[in-house]
Amino acid sequence: MLGLGKKDLTFLLIVLLLTLAAPILLNPFAEGSAMAQFNAGYPDLMQRIAIFAIFAVGFNILFGLTGYLSFGHAAFIGIGSYAMVWMLKLLTMNILPGLILATLMGGAFALLIGFVSLRRSGIYFSILTLAFAQMSFNMAYSVLTPITGGENGLGPALGDPRVLDAAAANGTIPEVNLFGLSMRATYELDLAGRVFQFNAGYYVCGLLSVFMFYLALRLFRSPFGMMLRAIKCNQHRLNYTGLHSRPYMLSAFVISGMYAGLAGGLMAAMDPLAGADRMQWQASGEVVLMVILGGVGTMLGPVLGAGFIKYCENIFSKINDHVLHEWFSIFPKWLENLLVTIVHPFVGQGWHLTLGVLFMLVVIFLPGGLIEGGQRIGRLIRRKPDAKGKAAATTPAE
Amino acid sequence: MDALILQTLNGLDKGSAYALIALGLTLIFGTLGVVNFAHGTLFMIGAFCAVTLQRLLSLSQVTIDPTKKDFLGNALKVKTPYIEAWFGKDAGAAIVNWSVPLSILLAIPVMLVVGFVMERGLIKHFYKRPHADQILVTFGLAIVLQEVIKYYFGANPIPTAAPTDFAGSIDFGVWMGFPPNDIIYPYWRMVYFLFSVVVIGAVFAFLQFTTFGMVVRAGMADRETVGLLGINIDRRFTIMFGIAAVVAGTAGAMYTPINSPAFTMGMNFLVLSFVVVVVGGMGSLPGAVLSGFLLGILESYASMNWIKDVIPGIDQIIIYVIAIIVLLTRPRGLMGRKGVMED
Amino acid sequence: MSKLELTRRGLLRTGAVAGAGLAMPTVFASRASAFTNEPKGGVVTLGFTIPLTGPYADEGNDELKAFQLAVKHLNGEGDGGMLSTFSSKTLTGAGILGKKVAFVSGDTQTKPDTARATAKSMIEKDGAVMISGCSSSAEAVALQSLCQEAGLIYMVGLSHSNDTTGKDKKRNGFRHFFNAYMSAAALAPVLKDMYGADRAAYHLTADYTWGWTQQASMQAATEAIGWKTVANVLTPLASTDFSSYIAPVLNSGADVLILNHYGANMVNSLTQAVQFGLKDKMVNGKQFQIVVPLISELMAKGAGPNIRDIPGSSNWNWKLQDAGTKAFVQSYGKEYGAPPSQAAQTCYAQVLLYADAVARAKSFNPCAVVEALEGYKFDGLGNGPTEYRAADHQCFKDCLVVKGKDKPDNEFDTLEIVQVTPTAQVTYAPDNKMFAGGDLGQCNPGA
Repeated sequence: MLGLGKKDLTFLLIVLLLTLAAPILLNPFAEGSAMAQFNAGYPDLMQRIAIFAIFAVGFNILFGLTGYLSFGHAAFIGIGSYAMVWMLKLLTMNILPGLILATLMGGAFALLIGFVSLRRSGIYFSILTLAFAQMSFNMAYSVLTPITGGENGLGPALGDPRVLDAAAANGTIPEVNLFGLSMRATYELDLAGRVFQFNAGYYVCGLLSVFMFYLALRLFRSPFGMMLRAIKCNQHRLNYTGLHSRPYMLSAFVISGMYAGLAGGLMAAMDPLAGADRMQWQASGEVVLMVILGGVGTMLGPVLGAGFIKYCENIFSKINDHVLHEWFSIFPKWLENLLVTIVHPFVGQGWHLTLGVLFMLVVIFLPGGLIEGGQRIGRLIRRKPDAKGKAAATTPAE
Repeated sequence: MDALILQTLNGLDKGSAYALIALGLTLIFGTLGVVNFAHGTLFMIGAFCAVTLQRLLSLSQVTIDPTKKDFLGNALKVKTPYIEAWFGKDAGAAIVNWSVPLSILLAIPVMLVVGFVMERGLIKHFYKRPHADQILVTFGLAIVLQEVIKYYFGANPIPTAAPTDFAGSIDFGVWMGFPPNDIIYPYWRMVYFLFSVVVIGAVFAFLQFTTFGMVVRAGMADRETVGLLGINIDRRFTIMFGIAAVVAGTAGAMYTPINSPAFTMGMNFLVLSFVVVVVGGMGSLPGAVLSGFLLGILESYASMNWIKDVIPGIDQIIIYVIAIIVLLTRPRGLMGRKGVMED
Repeated sequence: MSKLELTRRGLLRTGAVAGAGLAMPTVFASRASAFTNEPKGGVVTLGFTIPLTGPYADEGNDELKAFQLAVKHLNGEGDGGMLSTFSSKTLTGAGILGKKVAFVSGDTQTKPDTARATAKSMIEKDGAVMISGCSSSAEAVALQSLCQEAGLIYMVGLSHSNDTTGKDKKRNGFRHFFNAYMSAAALAPVLKDMYGADRAAYHLTADYTWGWTQQASMQAATEAIGWKTVANVLTPLASTDFSSYIAPVLNSGADVLILNHYGANMVNSLTQAVQFGLKDKMVNGKQFQIVVPLISELMAKGAGPNIRDIPGSSNWNWKLQDAGTKAFVQSYGKEYGAPPSQAAQTCYAQVLLYADAVARAKSFNPCAVVEALEGYKFDGLGNGPTEYRAADHQCFKDCLVVKGKDKPDNEFDTLEIVQVTPTAQVTYAPDNKMFAGGDLGQCNPGA
């Protein structure tokens, strides 16, 4: 069904179920308890995870399959966001036209940048993409301010035309919606001391990301995906067989650019203010971190990486000394102070330190990313020294 | 004409910083084959050696002066640096004044140790791993080191002045027959430029004229054969890593009067220095130096008003434009070798 | 709290265009509340968004300290700080409207995107009823529009751009800090006294929105006192070395350099300008001068001796001698061992102003708070008599002209106050062309 094998189909269904149930699964701790700090089941974070999952899955099509490391993918995020906001300003607060345009613009710019950058390989390719992205960022921040809003960012304003919408009533900007369904609409379920928030915006992001995941899955299994893997294995040998590999590379680049454009568009749809910051090289670096942290070349890895980094960013940075003292208040005063002193450098303002350390640990000990970690734990639990497991572990000869 | 000379001079010292970082980066890449994303951080640590020395020198004895009040209305605590108590007021003040050049003496051993520890403790395990892994682990290390520095020194830039003897600027224009104030150039930037020339010269001389350097160059060309000859190339490469760290660190320490050290300065230089290295050609030492100065000077030219009038914002993107042009016309940068880092 | 909103008209209209709309059942249950995050129970949560990482982390730390102190004082702990000097006496140290004040804080990385993510998590997860804090205008504008959409009050932290209460002003946002126009208006007369009316200025300007508004304000104000403008050169935002911009200044015929830079940019450009020996040069028979329109204590600390004798403007300084300032400096100094910066003061004042507005309105409803704050006149928070103007939600109060102290007595003694510029001199009409193009819109209570 859906052009997938039985195993892939089950896999996809599990991903779909997890996405649908995320608001419940990510909110395991009762409200008001000390652990509630670690709940992640609120709309903004879930939306972000879904959006960055799309971005990372798209990036993985380029990096994971062909091995070409782009350091400039954040530019497509920015372009998608600006396209979205301009649609919200000019056409309608319905996100559909914006999403379509964002994807197309991401693809168009990827075609342009890819056409030039793909003439080189290795680190030269990386630096070319980086150069293009940094140029886009610098221009968007200063010279192109009339189009991009510059430092203050671009957002819908009261005076915008919005030709397809009715005139804005009573001095408020209408809400971003999908055929009338507001992206902010949230249904709250109070259950056993937990509040589950089912948010329309999240389900739009989540379902889209499952759909894009499905497309990537099809692509991975297709002859086209096989060709891209061949490029990663040995591009020279491929060229000797008489195949011109660059069109394949360019298609992969454009596809991943479209994924990024869509992610950028969604970002602006969930939160209609597009700033130039999301095009900076750090943002391009972040997606590389996500993919590698999760497991490059795997299907689920990039999704896990995206979730992990966004979770750390949003949860760890909010733990301040006040919270720490509350946690450790059950201990005697001296022990409480000692514990707070020890933990303090790693949370709140130090969350970057935690991220750096975790990241290094993963790169050093788990080169295959979190996915490999999961597999190792899985093997440990099964503890079956069976021949089958071993055969699967040894990689086929290249 | 005078504007062009002026901007060339400005470009030279900008270029010196780029060239010094790029040189170290290339040394590490050329010898160990490792892409070191933490190299900008080494530059930053060097700068903080200068800050540390300044702090150490101004460690003070605290006495309470009941005649004066602090902002809360309590008796004022007066600080006298120990160094002034030991060497007399004038000699002590002179030592504090010269803390930036003196910090080189601190930076060299510190950077050697940092370099060795980094190489033996971490990078060593990544020789056989893909370049992507090397980039990632050094990137992670850069984040960690940067955060540690921030934890101890704060996020704000810390003023570190050059010795007052170097305050002010030379009026070059007068020498060349231009009116006064036409071409001025600060003394300290002059010092920095000369310093970088000396360091670059020393590194090249070391590689060219010593046996150690010859072995290293041989190792860069063909590591395996040199190993087969019974030479312990690994140990020499470790030493080269230390030297590269020292180059970056002393460059950072001397740069502090130009650019007040802050924990972000490493990352600010990182991207730029990679562009410099790639434009020069991966693995080519002369290429790194050449492209460092070239990009520094072109960046200065781009900041001239009449050029900015023609192309607004050109100074924002000039470095990247040059990188794109160079890479498209010369596939491996200005002086790169074939087959290096192309897969 | 239910944010389900099917805008009926939009549904009909776009539904018709698309053929069939996505019909949603309308039987959603919800907890009834009149506005976003209406506090239930005995606790009210405030959200503080501050830069903890990145180049402005020190400002962020100061802001966090001030917020913590304000919360303490509101809950009746500590010595009460400015509660005793504040002209309104509704706050007694018993929380806000009898509810204990709790807070959450989070990192913005000085990026608008991250700031919004952090604020949203505070709104959606922690139930914050008000957001405050920021260290750049980009963040302020981003958070202000977010709070407008979500139906919360946003009390701006450190934001100096004209746009925050001009082009991008919002009904739910309030700014206590001064702005670029006020800086220039306060500074120009003092510059005339110090350096005379016959001067030629050269502007170096950070190439983004804040830099532009700052430069335009300075140019207008200095030209009004008779100065000429020789050139305005935009510098790239990522610059750390300004030598190629500073070097041509001397032979341009200008005798004053105005640095429209902020934070680390300003520290570097000033340090390098001094290194070029500009301050010691004579041009047109006059001593060359450098001006930095916006100076903060933290920037002065970063610039070290280079800031000496350089004039600029500030929102507030701990050396002021009014009762409010004295109480605040005592209270903050005892707690943290250093005098507060202007970032700390503005954040502290904003929390008190919010709490007081809620107390006077007897409701946490944003619309009631907006009503209580608009046109509100108060005193005793360190800036003298102040008014929150209803037309643009900008505070009008005295501004300070400061300059780097020549011979500092101690490490905190970096700036001295040259003049306290009276409110009337920095007041402008709400429709001033530098602030035009915005619309406050309607207040939004969410829900």
